Amino acid sequence: MLNYDLVVVGGGPAGMAAALKAYEDGIKNILILERADTLGGILEQCIHTGFGLHYFGEELSGPEYAGRFIKQVYDTDIDVKVDTMVLDISKDNVVTACNNFDGLLTIQAKAIVLAMGCRERPRGALSIAGCRSSGIMTAGTAQKYVNIDGYMPGKTVVILGSGDIGLIMARRMTLEGAKVKAVCELMPYSGGLTRNIVQCLEDFNIPLRLSCTVVSTHGKDRLEGVTVADVDENLKPIPGTEEYIECDTLMLSVGLIPENELSKNAEISLDRVTSGPVVDEYRETMHKGVFACGNVLQVHDLVDFVTEESQLAGAGAAKFIKGEKNDTHYINTKGENGVRYIVPQRISKSTDKDVKLYFRVGRVYKDVTLKITCQNDVVYTKKKKKMCPGEMEYVVIKTDLINSLPADSTLTVSLKEEA
Amino acid sequence: MAKRDLICVSCPIGCAISVELSDSGEVLSVTGNTCKRGESYAKAECTHPERMVTSTVKVEGGRLPVVPVKTSAPIPKELIFKCMQEINKVTLTAPVNIGDVIIKNVLGLGVDVLATNEV
Repeated sequence: MLNYDLVVVGGGPAGMAAALKAYEDGIKNILILERADTLGGILEQCIHTGFGLHYFGEELSGPEYAGRFIKQVYDTDIDVKVDTMVLDISKDNVVTACNNFDGLLTIQAKAIVLAMGCRERPRGALSIAGCRSSGIMTAGTAQKYVNIDGYMPGKTVVILGSGDIGLIMARRMTLEGAKVKAVCELMPYSGGLTRNIVQCLEDFNIPLRLSCTVVSTHGKDRLEGVTVADVDENLKPIPGTEEYIECDTLMLSVGLIPENELSKNAEISLDRVTSGPVVDEYRETMHKGVFACGNVLQVHDLVDFVTEESQLAGAGAAKFIKGEKNDTHYINTKGENGVRYIVPQRISKSTDKDVKLYFRVGRVYKDVTLKITCQNDVVYTKKKKKMCPGEMEYVVIKTDLINSLPADSTLTVSLKEEA
Repeated sequence: MAKRDLICVSCPIGCAISVELSDSGEVLSVTGNTCKRGESYAKAECTHPERMVTSTVKVEGGRLPVVPVKTSAPIPKELIFKCMQEINKVTLTAPVNIGDVIIKNVLGLGVDVLATNEV
């Protein structure tokens, strides 16, 4: 059996940032395990720019952003195993993995960082009638075909779902000469960032059809077209609104799911809303010594925030390994009245730093007051002009306030609309 | 005097920016931005809109068949497809490194097309 102080599962932006931060904090015996053949994760196929404005103060493409961390990792003596699949994490922090070179590996870790990222909701998760014809794929799969494999998956495209990857692919396919006929979104608002609606759809006159879905696909071997229909307030297709759109490709951008099979097997408790582990302010899960960060914890909009969160996990893991993380009492957090969830779900009462509470709202809100209460006391309020589900929000809670709250109390974040 | 509401596309925050324009189309004021880039984006958007262009270029003999590229600065929006035509003419031979100039001074705009990955 191998022995490491820290094992990081996943070599994307989250895993790399966590490993580097732990290294900087004095942990030298670190191993990163990565399933793909290079470090970098999904950034390798995100060739558009806009990454790194917060963290580096520069506008980078995905591979450039990843490249900077990859270089930093290889400049340290952090061990990396690529093409390596983690199979299991045991209750006493033994990681089982395998690859072609080492065969089966068992690794005893003092601490583990989970950084497995997320995956796209597939067609099977939706109920669209039709054959299993080729030409139907998730937007991320199409992105890999175009940007990594140099292969155009189709000529006429309909995109279902207005998640960011779908919007980015609408532009990418258009630039490469395809005709994107429509982006259909089931909800009355877009799931993606506003800037992507502007620069990916409006710039190219691609119609965004809100409250609209694909009800059936046509064509046997290859997709020939789709039938779209408007939906009512219960998201059910309205009879009589069906419209046939000829296309050879249907891309799905209908949500991301944190990839927590390993966490579930290890019986790490998960948050029902985020589908990621329940964590404290250093992103330690309820399983001692196991930390989680990045999209495996909560789906982020910005990689810069993934980096920031992962550095917290790295710092927490370093503290844990050095025996400096001895939390006994916690403050819980909770979202209410439109606030769908809060990460972190709990905060050590004796925390040594300000804590950012991250959350998403359930629908579009205009002119609302964000309020945080603890045992009937209002501890924070802020007016917000606009909040939407597509954009992650956060508030900063000061260390002094957290230290002053009673143990086991709950911080409740809620929204109040102005009358 | 006219007013235009924009969403800044400079970064993923997407600030809501308001621009006041004179009758002759001059920018009088920019509000709502949270950084300098927002101000220059808003001014450009109201006078001569610009965008970054990112795409891929064919590579022979590399670990991957294409390498991602970007323009070194935003280019006029109406020239995006012309820029794509230039990008699509190029075939490279590995190795290609991050920052390599793939097309110098594309379309005479004073902007280069740069590789953004190693292939």
